[in-house]
Amino acid sequence: MCRVVDLRRAVLAKNDASAHDLRAHLAGRGTAVVNLLSSPGSGKTALLERELLRARERSVPVAALSADLATENDAARLARSGVPVKQVLTDGLCHLEAGMLAGHLDGWLPDGTRLLFVENVGNLVCPASYDLGETLRVTLASVTEGEDKPLKYPTAFGLAHLVVVTKTDIAQAVEFDEDAFRANVEQVNPGVEVILTSARRGRGVGALLDRALAAADGAPVHEPVMARSHPHHGHTHAQPEAADAMAHTHP
Amino acid sequence: MHEMSVALAVVDQVAEAAGRAGDVTAVRSVRLQVGELAGVVPDALAFCFELVCAGTVLEGAELVTEAVPGRARCTPCAHEWAVGMPPRLTCPVCDGTGTELLAGRELQIVDVHWVDGGSPPAPAREPIPEER
Ligand SMILES: Nc1nc2c(ncn2[C@@H]2O[C@H](COP(=O)(O)OP(=O)(O)OP(=O)(O)O)[C@@H](O)[C@H]2O)c(=O)[nH]1
Ligand SMILES: [Mg+2]
Ligand SMILES: [Zn+2]
Ligand SMILES: [Zn+2]
Repeated sequence: MCRVVDLRRAVLAKNDASAHDLRAHLAGRGTAVVNLLSSPGSGKTALLERELLRARERSVPVAALSADLATENDAARLARSGVPVKQVLTDGLCHLEAGMLAGHLDGWLPDGTRLLFVENVGNLVCPASYDLGETLRVTLASVTEGEDKPLKYPTAFGLAHLVVVTKTDIAQAVEFDEDAFRANVEQVNPGVEVILTSARRGRGVGALLDRALAAADGAPVHEPVMARSHPHHGHTHAQPEAADAMAHTHP
Repeated sequence: MHEMSVALAVVDQVAEAAGRAGDVTAVRSVRLQVGELAGVVPDALAFCFELVCAGTVLEGAELVTEAVPGRARCTPCAHEWAVGMPPRLTCPVCDGTGTELLAGRELQIVDVHWVDGGSPPAPAREPIPEER
């Protein structure tokens, strides 16, 4: 017999549930996750190297996990800061998922870690859809990528708690239009803070650490419009066990 | 391309529900709502879906995607608008930023059309005609 069965389930419900569990588990251990998203080569590792050093200087216990499609170069760079670092090879998978992250933290994340920085796979599309249980989601763009990046990747920028511009030391050379960039960010994520940094020259270094610590200490984090959605469709989290009861049948 | 992961998540959930139902022999179609701001490309998803279904109870199933346009409402001035792509999430009337997203982030399995070994229940009312 043919049936049409109402499932009414969020496709990424499993990831969302794992992210929820991980967030609660880490909160219990006093750790907050900072999820860093950007295109390949925007300068995530370079800025993180600086922020990890700054954290060490300030005696803030931090750790970093870097996800890469294939190489261990980023972890080697980050490890020079002296903080615990782990490289995760995704074997071609273009993003991290919460369950994978939890597996990698198990048995590695040192006790007492205040902040765990996660360098996601360089990609502005896929990682945006996966909550990693982070307290702060940061999307980065370098001045060389064009002011319209936020419009081309609206979910990556629209779901960010903080937007970071990198490589401002070469902004003049590439005629980066800061006002246009800010306006584009505002269009997809009204009210989000945008900070300007140059890992090369040290500009803005420490701001990311400050924002992350504030969030970890419970200061209110920006709430993006895109994350504030209230779909009208109801019972999104209906349990599939209820499926049979709701089946429409026809012979 | 995370459409592959998304397709896997769809197939996993449907296969799980079918397993729980016990006697599902085939899945004809799966209906998905995909919001304009869900960050998923329906064509890429359909392609991946076909690959992922192979060898499962969903083999040959059709993926029916319903696009959900992005809509927003300005809390201060009550204006409602279609956000478009790229989305505009500040109010086009008052330029306010107190925006509520009404729709557009959906990525949800709506229903599944499957075949099982069960016998039809005694019709208590007119059978609902097949959708589509
Ligand atoms: N001029 C300048 N170059 C920078 C800066 N930060 C990073 N770069 C350069 O940009 C390139 C990429 O930097 P990474 O830090 O590796 O970027 P990433 O985002 O970690 O790259 P993936 O992990 O491959 O996605 C390197 O050649 C860096 O030297 C900066 O502040 N100024
Ligand atoms: Mg890197
Ligand atoms: Zn991808
Ligand atoms: Zn308004």
